[in-house]
Formats: sequence, C-alpha cells, structure tokens
Amino acid sequence: MAATTLPLLRQHLIDPEICIRCNTCEETCTKDAISHDRRNYVVDPGRCDACGDCLPPCPTGAIDTWLDVRQAFSLEEQRTWDAIPPLPPPPIDESTGAALAAISGSIPSEVILLEQEASLAQGGRVPPPWSAAHPYVGLYSAALPAIATVTGNHRLTQPDSDVDIRHIVLDFGKTAFPYLEGQTLGVLPPGTDEHGRPHHVRLYSVASPRSGERPNHNNVALTVKRVTEDREGRPAHGVASNYLCDLERGAQVQVTGPFGTSFLMPNHPGSRLLMVCTGTGSAPMRAMTERRRRRMNLAGESGRLLLFFGARRAAELPYFGPLMKLPRDLIEVELAFSREEGRPKEYVQDRIRARAREVAAWLASEDAFVYVCGHKRMEEGVLAAFEEACRSGGLDWKTLAADMLRTGRMHIETY
Amino acid sequence: MSIDYASKIPNNVDLGSDKTLQRALEHWQPRYLDWWREMGPEASLAHDVYLRTAVSVDPKGWAHFDYVKMPDYRWGIFLAPPEANRTHGFGAHKGEAVWNEVPGEYRTHLRRIIVTQGDTEPASVEQQRHLGLTCPSLYDLRNLYQVNVEEGRHLWAMVYLLHAYFGRDGREEADEMLARRSGDEDKPRILGAFNEKTPDWLSFFMFTFLTDRDGKYQLAALAESGFDPLARSTRFMLTEEAHHLFVGESGIGRILQRTAQVMKEKKTDDPDALRAAGVIDIPTIQRYLNFHFSVTLDLYGSEISSNAATFFSTGLKGRFEETKVVDDHVLTNVDYTVPFVEGGRIVEKQENALLALNERLRDDYIADCQAGVDRWNKILDKAGVGPHLRLPHKGFHRKIGNFSKAFVTPEGALVSEAEWNRHATTWLPTPTDHAFVQAIMGRVAEPGKYAHWIAPPARGIDQRPESFEYVRFH
Repeated sequence: MAATTLPLLRQHLIDPEICIRCNTCEETCTKDAISHDRRNYVVDPGRCDACGDCLPPCPTGAIDTWLDVRQAFSLEEQRTWDAIPPLPPPPIDESTGAALAAISGSIPSEVILLEQEASLAQGGRVPPPWSAAHPYVGLYSAALPAIATVTGNHRLTQPDSDVDIRHIVLDFGKTAFPYLEGQTLGVLPPGTDEHGRPHHVRLYSVASPRSGERPNHNNVALTVKRVTEDREGRPAHGVASNYLCDLERGAQVQVTGPFGTSFLMPNHPGSRLLMVCTGTGSAPMRAMTERRRRRMNLAGESGRLLLFFGARRAAELPYFGPLMKLPRDLIEVELAFSREEGRPKEYVQDRIRARAREVAAWLASEDAFVYVCGHKRMEEGVLAAFEEACRSGGLDWKTLAADMLRTGRMHIETY
Repeated sequence: MSIDYASKIPNNVDLGSDKTLQRALEHWQPRYLDWWREMGPEASLAHDVYLRTAVSVDPKGWAHFDYVKMPDYRWGIFLAPPEANRTHGFGAHKGEAVWNEVPGEYRTHLRRIIVTQGDTEPASVEQQRHLGLTCPSLYDLRNLYQVNVEEGRHLWAMVYLLHAYFGRDGREEADEMLARRSGDEDKPRILGAFNEKTPDWLSFFMFTFLTDRDGKYQLAALAESGFDPLARSTRFMLTEEAHHLFVGESGIGRILQRTAQVMKEKKTDDPDALRAAGVIDIPTIQRYLNFHFSVTLDLYGSEISSNAATFFSTGLKGRFEETKVVDDHVLTNVDYTVPFVEGGRIVEKQENALLALNERLRDDYIADCQAGVDRWNKILDKAGVGPHLRLPHKGFHRKIGNFSKAFVTPEGALVSEAEWNRHATTWLPTPTDHAFVQAIMGRVAEPGKYAHWIAPPARGIDQRPESFEYVRFH
C-alpha cells in the first residue's frame, strides 16, 4: 500500500464484487469523494468524512464497506481491485497509540484504541446483530463537543459501602445526541494534566435506552464508579470519574460521540439477550433491559432476557432495587457475590455453571445474543464457563464461538 | 421541501396550494389503482411486502423499509430538490436560466418526450405481472415487487408533469397511459421492446439489466433538461432505477454462479447434461442476452435523427452526463462516428454530432453494458469455467436504423438473409429454450430457500439475513 500516511484509519470503500456501478453514490456525495473509471467506483480517503449520505441510496449494500487500515488505500489501488483485499486485523501497538488517526477526525484515534482494547477478548471488531438499529457515530469530537447539562447525580451503592457508584443524568437540551443501547460516549474532563496537555477522553457506556433516561427526553444516563485506587489496589485518583461523581445539578459537561457500531442489541421479534456483567459493566445491560421493559407489552417484542450479575456485595450492586422489581416474564436475574459475609464466594461464572444446560441452549439458539461487560478479570472465567456448558450440552464451543462472533451474536467489552 | 404524507397523494411539490391540479390528480388516482389491480402483479394484492418507500428525497430519508401491501404503497410525486440559479447546460439556450414553465414553441416536443418515457413505466409492470407465480425465492419476489411499485411511481412522476404543465392534452395523455396495454394488438405500448413478453425470470433479469439500463440512460439525458420540473423528476427517478439494474445484474450473476458450480461438480460443459442437472447452460444465457440486448438497442432510435438534434438544440434533452462532457455543449461544428451499411460492408462515417445524438447515447449505454458483462465473466473465471458471455455486435438483430435491413452476425459480419436464418437458432432463444427455462422455474416461496438454478444473494436487502421473510402471504 502506498499513499496517504495515516497510521490507522477506518477507511470507507466500495466492494467491487457487489457494486453494480449505478452511479447513485457519486451523484449523492456532496464532498465529491466518490469517482469512477470504466472499472470501479472508488472513495477518496482525503475527502470522505464518513457522513453516511451515500449509504441509503446504494441498491446493493456495496457502499457499506469499511476497513481498519494502517495506510489508506489510494484511489489508484482501489481502481485495480476485483475484490476488497483481505486484511489481517491490525495489531494493537500501544507505542504508536498516540499517533493513531481516525477517518477525518470523526472517530478520534484514542477512541479507536480504547474500543480495540475493550474488544480484545473477542479478537477485534465483530458485526452487530443483524436486526440492530443503525447507529450514529462520531457526531461530536473533542474539537467540537456537545455540551450537556447535569440533571441528576445520585449514589447507587449503599451509604455504608466504600464503593461509590453513581447514576448521572445528562441532558442535551436542543442538541441532537442520538444513541443506542450499548454505545458509549466520551467525557472530556476540564483542565490539563501534569504536562499541561488537555486530559484524554474517557468512554462511558450509556445506561439508558435510546428513548432517553426519561422517556422521550433528550437525555442519557451514565453509571460511573469513583476511582480511588488502581488495578493493584494502590491509591489513585481517577480524573474523569471523580470529576463526574462530584458534578452538581446544572453543571455543564463536554461530551463526544456517540461511539460504537458493534455492541448493539437485536430488535427482531423473539430475539433474546444473555447478559453477563460485573459492577459498572451493568450500564449497557440496564439500557437494553430498560428498552425491552418499556416495550414488553408491544406485539412482537417478546424475547426473554437472562442476566448474570456479579459484585462484591449486594450493597455494591448498582440498580439492585429496580432490578429486583422487574417482571419475571421479562428477565431472569442470577446474582453472584464474591465478598458477602456469611456466604461462600461466588462469581458470575459459578452461576453460569449452575445453569449450564440452559446456557448451552441459549448459546446454540440463533435468536440469542450474548453480551459480556465488566472487569478484564471476569472474561476468562466466563468464557471457560461457556465452554463447559457447551461440552455438557454436546456442543463444540470453538466452532460455536467463532460462528457467534461472525454473525454478531457475541459481544465482549472489558476494561 | 419535505414530503407531505398527510394528503391523499404524497408529494413534495406543495400540491395542496393548487386545488385544480390536486383535484385532477385525485381524479386520476382511483383509475391508476384500478389499473394496478387489473394489470399489476398477479394475485399479490393482500401480500405484505418488505418494501422501500421514500420518506423524503434527501439521502437520509428516501430508503425507508417496512412491510406494505402493494395497493397501499404511497405512490406520489417526488422531485429532487431544486438547484439554485440553474442554467441551461447545452443547446441554443446555454447559459440562460432554466424554464419552470413549458415554452410554447417546444410544447409538442416536450409532451412527446414525457409521454414516451411515461408509457414505458406501466408497460414493464404489465410485462412482468405473471412472474410472481414462478419466483425463485422470497428475496427475488420482493425485488420484483419493488421494481414494480417503483415503475408505478415513475408513471406518477410523468403523469404529474402532464397534468401540471400540459392542461387538457396532458390529462388525456395521462388517461391513455392507463388504456394502452403491453403486447395488445389494438392498443400496444409505444415502444417495441415494451410489447415483448417477459415470460420467465431469466428474461426478467435480462430485462432489468439491459432494458432498465436504457431507462437509466434516457432518464439521465432528461435529468439534464432545461425544463427544470422534468430534470428534477427524472433525477429522483434515477435513484430508484439503480435498484432495478442491481436486480438484473445480480440476478444473472447468481444464475452464472450456480451454473458454474454445477459445471465444476459434474466436470461438464455439455448443455444437455447441465439442463438435466437443473441449471441453465451458458449458451442459453448467451442467446437471451443477444435477444434482449438487440431489442433494447432499438429503443435509442435511428442513428441519424433530426428529432434528437432538435431535442438537444432546444435544451429539452441532453447527453448522458452532459455536465461532465468536455466540449462546447452546442455541437453544431462537431462530428461523431456513425456506422452505415453500404455496398455489402459496414462502414463508419463522420456525421454531425447533433444528428448523431441517438447513436452517442447508444454507445455510452453499450460501454456500460460491457462493463456489467465483464463482471459476469469474472464469476465464470473465478470458477474456472467458460465460455465467456459476449455482447453481440450492435448491428445484430436490429429492427430500427441503419442495420434494420442488414443481416449481421453477433460477431459483426454481414451475411445473406438465408445464411443468417440458418444460424438464428444458435443466436436467439428458441421455443425449446423458452420451454426448458420455464420448466425449471417452479415457485420457491419459503424464507431462506432458493430455487435450484440460482445462487443466494451475497447480501440481503437492507442488510437482512438470508432467511428473512421478505414477503408474507395472507
């Protein structure tokens, strides 16, 4: 590949095997990014800003092709293609992280890096469920953030717990901020770090459904844990989390995003959700569950939910109260506590093992979609429990898992 | 402006402000629906079809997918947004502001152009009305219906222009659109190719690949028109037309893919063996291609045409991608190469480019078809089977223009009538071909199932999975 020297970008391309050269995209593109010769239609990486205007008019779907590449394919290269060239998933090289650039700035490089790290367990990007709604991404950047107003900030964990997890509601007023359950948004803490540079963006999963924390309001909820120690347990001060947890009502926050095109929920009738989470990994699960709860009485929205939820103690489990009130015919909840006094240690994988037979049936079902979100440490245990469940059900986990990833039925986000 | 869906006739032309026009169109609407019930897709009125409907004409809004019963499809009047300060891009009026009313002196020409274009739209719906009974899958059935409802909408686009700008003559012409019938002896459709039968899906895919592509080129030439309402109507129609071309190109591509697969499995290219295996052999596909290509070439008219010159000079109809062509856009002193048959040979002569505009549009069209055929051949190459498909010579099997009296082989050789007739059965589909093709086409209408003779598509419509229930029967 010779050409523009962006180290990593999400490049918009047209699949020449599927394209029928109808010219609709070229006609539609207001950036003059699309052109053609006698052979192919091609996208100029220097002009395309991923606005998405060309996507709906394309009759074939060929236009909806995106590759993560180290160097953009030049127009000359694209013109010679008979097919999109196969690409290995780009390796994540942290030393080059700072130099990562994204497509014309719409997805900031650090967001791409964060997303890639979070999805390491599933081996990189996987497609969304086939019936997922089309997400908006990258509407607001660090250069042009959306301004949201804090309209709520309350503690979810019990007062006697030393863990401070908060439910924070941000209102966007008249600013459009369309998001889907499972997407993330970026928060820009004000001020600068010890080197005088602006703080990095921090990503948070939205905890409210697409219709708003309050139905049909332009707001979003976040689940934020105040970070007071690092992974090894040494005292540490999380810049963004402390900033968010201390916000008063009426304060204004700079927000980027929305981000995420993969960890999205299915919308087809009968689709089921198997969710596994710990701590604030519950945010996307709450959003999806709430979406289903609001719509549970609508015809054709009948797919069941199964949630495995882990925390150290019940007092530290966000949304414990509301969770217990959800109707059983909507969702089944399995809780696991690892430090509850007077009870044996239990992790989410233990609860999965206890229901191995059912879990295997869920994993095998084409209508069941699996979401795992939480601390990096849980990943291995959960996947091992899935493997065991499959073995007991006579299923080959390796094949099944690959198939689930390929068809967008399994999504893992850990941090 | 955005589309008004609240009114009886969805539109983005502020129809409500012109009560006379609105009444006239509301009067035409029930007749249109009667026509649809009588001549639209057979036995389809109650089906729920996963269709694309425009909810606005900007890119974000015009591809809205949902289940619709076809008689409830929101046919309406959608014009592409106006371009501010648009001027004539070609002809004698080049540089002047475009017209928003019909100039009196060009009225007859313009009406003729609109009627000829409009007549093809219901014609193709009539030609295709029985195909649903032999669909190879729900996916294909849905695509057929999408093509049909959009042809219906294209008729609406032309009828709107007739009603809005041509008074009583226009209204009468609009009624005639619903009175003519494809293939009817007494009241046929205006253009020849639109009176041919589309008896099977191979013909349908060839038709959408080849004949709808003529539609694309005609619409693209009209999208350059100095009569702005026509330009804006056809510009939006082009966006819809793209789907029809896709149906044709991918349809033939999938047939070739399946045939190639069986050729490899059986290690044979023997047409009889392949037919016995239930797939369509490449020579048969070639004969269908020869037929549909040649009758479609006739749609462009005579090589030398004073009408075409007039349409261009008066600013009514431009060339394909007129604005991208680099020349003076007036053409009075420019030549173009045109083929003639003289003294038993095909010779090329330089003719005035204005008079040769039909030929130029035909040549642009042929280049576009060739690119599609090349892509089909890649499917064969990938599987390592042959022979390649080839477009026949443009003089082959022509009924209109310089070649109409000549006997030209697909390779471009001039031969005697007797010689030509001796080979005709190897060049054009025979009754046996038709019988075979129709015999293998039984109806497959279960979600996710595909007829034996065609491969499933690479991607679903609206990114739906292979097993999606595109049509629900009641």
